Amino acid sequence: MLNMQDITKVYAAGLIETHALRSLNLEVKSGEFVAVTGPSGSGKTTFLNIAGLLESPSGGRYMLDGEDVSSFGDNARSKIRNEKIGFIFQAFNLIPDLNIADNVDVPLRYRGFSGSERKRRIDEALELVGLSSRRNHLPAQLSGGQQQRVAIARALAGDPALLLADEPTGNLDSLMARQVMDLLEEINARGTTIIMVTHDPELARRAGRNVHLLDGQVSDFQPLEPPPAEADDDDGVRSVA
Amino acid sequence: MTAYYLKLAWLSVRKNPLLTSLMIGAIALGIGVSMTTLTLYHVMSSDPLPQKSDRVFAVQLDTWNPDDPYYERDEGSAPPPQTTFRDSMALMESDIPTHQAAMLHRGFAARLDEDGARPERLSTRATYGDFFPMFDVPFLFGSGWDRNADDRAERVVVLSKRINDKFFGGEDSVGERLMLDGAPFTVVGVIDEWRPIPHFYDLNGGDFDDSEELFVPFQVPISLEYHADGSTNCWKPERIESYQDFLQSECVWLQHWAQLDSDAQREEFQAFIDAYALEQRKLGRFGRPLDNRLSDIMTWLEFREVVSDDNRLLMVLAFMFLAICLLNTIGLMLAKFINRAPLVGVRRALGASRFDIIRQHGVEVLIIGVMGGLAGLLLSWAGLIAVRSWYRGYEYLAHLDPAMVVSAIGLAVFSAALAGLYPTWRISRIQPAVHLKAQ
Repeated sequence: MLNMQDITKVYAAGLIETHALRSLNLEVKSGEFVAVTGPSGSGKTTFLNIAGLLESPSGGRYMLDGEDVSSFGDNARSKIRNEKIGFIFQAFNLIPDLNIADNVDVPLRYRGFSGSERKRRIDEALELVGLSSRRNHLPAQLSGGQQQRVAIARALAGDPALLLADEPTGNLDSLMARQVMDLLEEINARGTTIIMVTHDPELARRAGRNVHLLDGQVSDFQPLEPPPAEADDDDGVRSVA
Repeated sequence: MTAYYLKLAWLSVRKNPLLTSLMIGAIALGIGVSMTTLTLYHVMSSDPLPQKSDRVFAVQLDTWNPDDPYYERDEGSAPPPQTTFRDSMALMESDIPTHQAAMLHRGFAARLDEDGARPERLSTRATYGDFFPMFDVPFLFGSGWDRNADDRAERVVVLSKRINDKFFGGEDSVGERLMLDGAPFTVVGVIDEWRPIPHFYDLNGGDFDDSEELFVPFQVPISLEYHADGSTNCWKPERIESYQDFLQSECVWLQHWAQLDSDAQREEFQAFIDAYALEQRKLGRFGRPLDNRLSDIMTWLEFREVVSDDNRLLMVLAFMFLAICLLNTIGLMLAKFINRAPLVGVRRALGASRFDIIRQHGVEVLIIGVMGGLAGLLLSWAGLIAVRSWYRGYEYLAHLDPAMVVSAIGLAVFSAALAGLYPTWRISRIQPAVHLKAQ
């Protein structure tokens, strides 16, 4: 499903270069549930942005679903994001002016589906996350857990091959976090590949495989103890001279 | 997708009504000021006889003082805008033009032939019967008069629609009698609404005067020894003791127009008036270098500076004001769009291409433009009402016609599109990854 070979990402600011990813190699097979962990600044978010085609790598080769997408232009990347990738964000990122159904509808609009097809997919996605009765509510009228379930419905409505989740439970209390994880496991059980970035070792343990990032590379080292809780993840960059 | 973008635009407009109102207000103000000015300019500079303005000519004969130019401005050497009686009468003898007419303006006291009726002084044009076909004057009833009526100074009259409505209740009044200055005149025609703007054939009373209420044969006021109400300019120290002396003087006081349908006809008539001038020179007249002119209507209006340089400057200033309003709109739009970057980042992550983002914001820009245009039209309308009430002579000038309404909306949409170009381009270029984390 996903195969990254020697992926690098360098941010240049004047004379200073910041290496966010250094020769990262990773393969994720179709149907896997992979948790990506690592300390703050290890490159988790940069990895997720490149995996989700939100950023281009500086070097290396990225194969997604059998296609080399490393050098795709902006339009092609938008199309792949729309058709093959679903995103779940820590901050939910729902559009506050649109009701729940319209939020789920957003990626379907860009896909060019007919009205009836969009309605069918919205109904199915909201049914899956148990929010059919709230379809006309605005995001602000829902709890955090419910908002994340809407975000999951939105990510799933386009039937993506790959689901990318960035700290999906980071803004939720433990009960809601468990519910969201149950839902992700259910989705994975249906065959959707999931890559989840998390700080939480307990959540990581529920994934089928853990990948640990350190200094922008996949590390063989797996921490025995859970890492101390961190307030936030920056953009996953580490400066080198 | 257009319906979807319209919905998003409407949500955006509703979400921040103050900012949206400021943008619409800035566009409306710019459009209102520029369209008010443009409307005045458009009407002032319009062709009053578009179907034949290049075939109808004002005649200027250079009879003026050889030692003192008629004009103080640049055209000092140009011939005077009006003609003397004897020159006009000499030209009227020519059968070269398809139509030609000397004319003057004069007030006549009109009343119905009934005892006790109070007469009303009405604006009257005394002219030749050719006036009507030459200027394509539309008739409701009857027609003008023929050359015999001109020659015999027949007491016939053509009424405007307003006067026919007033005196004859709008009925066909041809053959009815109307008393003018106490003498009976027979109605031979009633013209339909006719108001050439500018009032090109006689600019003495004001460039945008209403057309006359009555039309009578040219020789009628002459036979009554009337002078014109318009301007009479004399340069030569002459003994003028009688009306006949006045008619034979060098005073210019008549307007003279001719219809010349081909270049050959025009050249022939030009040769005719030049030959006439040279003939008159032998009698001690036409002392200046030969400069007799036939000016078509638009050339004539330009020569008479119906649209002054001040009007043009005013229009330039109005459009500069519009540009300033647009700069403000760009700033407001940029602030609004950039503030929305996190949501655009989400849309980009979910598959929107840059073109999708451009279309979404483009539709919003166009909606703001249309709303600004409509509000600008209201301001233009109010501005023109103000112009009409403040300045005499602009009553028939300051009106929005359909072409100007369409122009106002078009200009507003174009202006908004111009203002939205940079903000839309900027928002379409945002890096989604940067803004997703910031949400």
